[in-house]
Amino acid sequence: MTTSTVPAQRPADQAPGTPILEATGVIMRFGGLTAVNNVDLTVNSGEIVGLIGPNGAGKTTFFNCLTGLYVPTEGTVRYKGTVLPPKPHLVTQAGIARTFQNIRLFANMTVLENVLVGRHTRTKEGLFSAILRGPGYRRAEAESRERAMELLAFCGLDHKAEHLARNLPYGEQRKLEIARALASDPGLLLLDEPTAGMNPQETRAAEELVFAIRDKGIAILVIEHDMRFIFNLCDRTAVLVQGQKIVEGDRETVQNDERVITAYLGAPLEGATEAAAATEAPAASTDPSTEDDQ
Amino acid sequence: MSTTTRSAIPMPPAAAKALVAAGGLATAASTFVHWTWTSEFPGDLTVDGYPGGLQILTLVAGLLTALFALPLYHVKGTRWLSPAGPEAAALVLAAGAFATTWFTLIAISYELGGVANLEPGGYLAGLASLLPLLGALGLPREATAERWQSTGNPAAALRFAVSKLVGTRPDQRPAAPLNRWVEVLIIIAAAAIGLTVFTYGITTEYGELFIGFLILAAFGAWALMRGGLIAQLTAINARHRGTTTAAAFAAAAAFPFTQSDDHFASVGVNILIFATVALGLNVVVGLAGLLDLGYVAFLGVGAYAAALVSGSSSSPVGVHFPFWAAALTGMAAALVFGVVIGAPTLRLRGDYLAIVTLGFGEIFRIAVNSLDGISGPKVTNGPNGIRNIPDLDILGFNFGAEHSFGSFTLGRFANYFLLMLLVTAFVVVIFSRANDSRIGRAWVAIREDETAAQAMGINGFKLKLLAFALGAALAGLAGTVMAHVSYSVVPDPYQFAGPVPPNSAFLVAAVVLGGMGTISGPLLGATLLYLIPEKLVFLKNYQLLVFGIALVLLMRVRPEGLIANRRAQLEFHEDAADAEPPVTDEPVLTKAGA
Repeated sequence: MTTSTVPAQRPADQAPGTPILEATGVIMRFGGLTAVNNVDLTVNSGEIVGLIGPNGAGKTTFFNCLTGLYVPTEGTVRYKGTVLPPKPHLVTQAGIARTFQNIRLFANMTVLENVLVGRHTRTKEGLFSAILRGPGYRRAEAESRERAMELLAFCGLDHKAEHLARNLPYGEQRKLEIARALASDPGLLLLDEPTAGMNPQETRAAEELVFAIRDKGIAILVIEHDMRFIFNLCDRTAVLVQGQKIVEGDRETVQNDERVITAYLGAPLEGATEAAAATEAPAASTDPSTEDDQ
Repeated sequence: MSTTTRSAIPMPPAAAKALVAAGGLATAASTFVHWTWTSEFPGDLTVDGYPGGLQILTLVAGLLTALFALPLYHVKGTRWLSPAGPEAAALVLAAGAFATTWFTLIAISYELGGVANLEPGGYLAGLASLLPLLGALGLPREATAERWQSTGNPAAALRFAVSKLVGTRPDQRPAAPLNRWVEVLIIIAAAAIGLTVFTYGITTEYGELFIGFLILAAFGAWALMRGGLIAQLTAINARHRGTTTAAAFAAAAAFPFTQSDDHFASVGVNILIFATVALGLNVVVGLAGLLDLGYVAFLGVGAYAAALVSGSSSSPVGVHFPFWAAALTGMAAALVFGVVIGAPTLRLRGDYLAIVTLGFGEIFRIAVNSLDGISGPKVTNGPNGIRNIPDLDILGFNFGAEHSFGSFTLGRFANYFLLMLLVTAFVVVIFSRANDSRIGRAWVAIREDETAAQAMGINGFKLKLLAFALGAALAGLAGTVMAHVSYSVVPDPYQFAGPVPPNSAFLVAAVVLGGMGTISGPLLGATLLYLIPEKLVFLKNYQLLVFGIALVLLMRVRPEGLIANRRAQLEFHEDAADAEPPVTDEPVLTKAGA
């Protein structure tokens, strides 16, 4: 029964491209608490990498270190070979976009406006050109709108462009967050629990969307509790427990690692079938309402 | 909410309709007899044969009630008056006529010392104004009465009624576009009506009349909104935005030509200054969401900068700039001041920012008080201020002198009114263009969620500083005109709170009351906030108390401000739209319960 969930076989054309994101020795301390302890992680171009771990393992903190919301106590994060500046807007400008675990849309702006805000770093028009409204300004504005509508169509939201973001159903809000992140033309997309609170159909649709994004040439790093989702999607998965990366590898490596099982279930009972525990344990932890450390 | 025909007061629909129409006419008719015996009450209500003073307001209210009763009878050509349903509009207008009339009667009794001062005509008016209200309550209405009768809980019914009444009706169908020229004519007519109402309000000669005017205007606007006419008008305006803006400014420019006396022109120019500054503050508060409680300091910086370079004899700087240079100086000084204050403070968020800006606002006032040659260098003459600021002279047009155009004479304040109107138009253009742009979207994004905005690549600090600087520059521009209008610049007006505008508390109130993030909201809010203290001088010490209570009430029933922008409307009244479905099945519940 446990082997019936066969993962979609990834095509083998995934040449391990050049490294896009290299995090080396990232340590994040809050006073006496070490939330992220010496984590190394590499994401290559064209890759989907998963990041899993029990609640409070430091996944979101690690994300925040990558995106400049936190300045890591030690360690460096490089994007395409250059060290990232510790400011969120500069990280986005460099080419890393993210979504949030608890949806953070601009609730009282329309769907289209949300995506247009995502275009901010890729447009230059300042206050004076906005006031003077020259031809260059109008062209840029029209281009922005066109690109935003393309992205909405890509995510299946183009028919709701003029709705307020707050009035969208939950699943579409998640999609909109992704569309908004894509608007900044990123080379790497960080998704923080993109399927939290979704039903199986919506999760399936989200998988398709993530693959479609990867096919656009955007590398993806995803935090998720839904193990089926993770193992279907990811080329590699890293497991974070109590701030430390304990294992990284493909589905088999992670599922059969005893430390992972211990982290999720505690020490195995005498005589328990380890293989069964390995697949059931992660599945049991797909609770959408759980709060991660933020 | 389909076919419920219950009413608050049970009566046959035909009788109810007749009562509204006849009562409206009776109320109007009652204003032609005298209400009191002495002319001590302002406005002289002792004459028979024609209405006077507050009676005119009752007359208008009665006639409006009768007019809006016509759609109840399906009179051809009156349907447009209340496209979303005539019952609600009739009820609100009837309530307005009742409130205006009874306010007058109570004011007479109170001020003259007893109801004995009312003549039979007064009692007649009181009774007559009750009729349409009773009739309107007897009209079949959908939800309010239903809720009341089914739950038996008047408080819940009232709450529901308020939530239903203040929100626009979600089920109103959008009006079909009319002929282009008809729509333009409608816009012009609306602007003309707006000018007439505004001119009447600004020229009311005593406080009672102004309160009566406010009551009637509030009920009238409410009735038009409930009846759906405002929504129609908004739709038409949206189709002809240029025409609407032009008509609004033409109406405003016509205001000084309606005045033979320069006094009300001076009120008008001060309103414009206050409104323009409020619109500048709207960039900071309404768009970027930065609560600035020391904003009036920027107005002060602009005014002082302009005064210093005006060639005034008491200015230590012996230069006389032409107006354009003075205006640029004022803007630049305010901008620099804004950046200097903003750079350290904008790293704070929320309440902390509000407190720090409040502090800086006070620092400005204390600083100009001290730059008097004794406590500090002699720049501003301290509390004496910079006086004898000469009138402007632009291209040979002397703003201090009277000018005649045909049969119209424009006095000093009327000249400045027209100049200030240009400044206001300039600020409106800047606000609307900045709002609808990449920068404006970034401001709103920061207001909504600063962390998410930064994650989208927005440099929060830089854009907040830009909003702060733009707001400061706009206030500084208004300050340059203000320095010339008021002859002198002294530190007193530039404080945090005081009984008269402009001060920072009033500015924030004008923005919030009018509607954050809109253009017309702060203009309307500032107009009201300027006129109310101006007209209610007779309340003396209670002025701020009454004012505060009014603000609290308004924020309770209409938290999005008088003019809601599209976003705020949806934000605050989502529940009002959701509250409808239970109504249909409640009669069933009561039957089951009984």
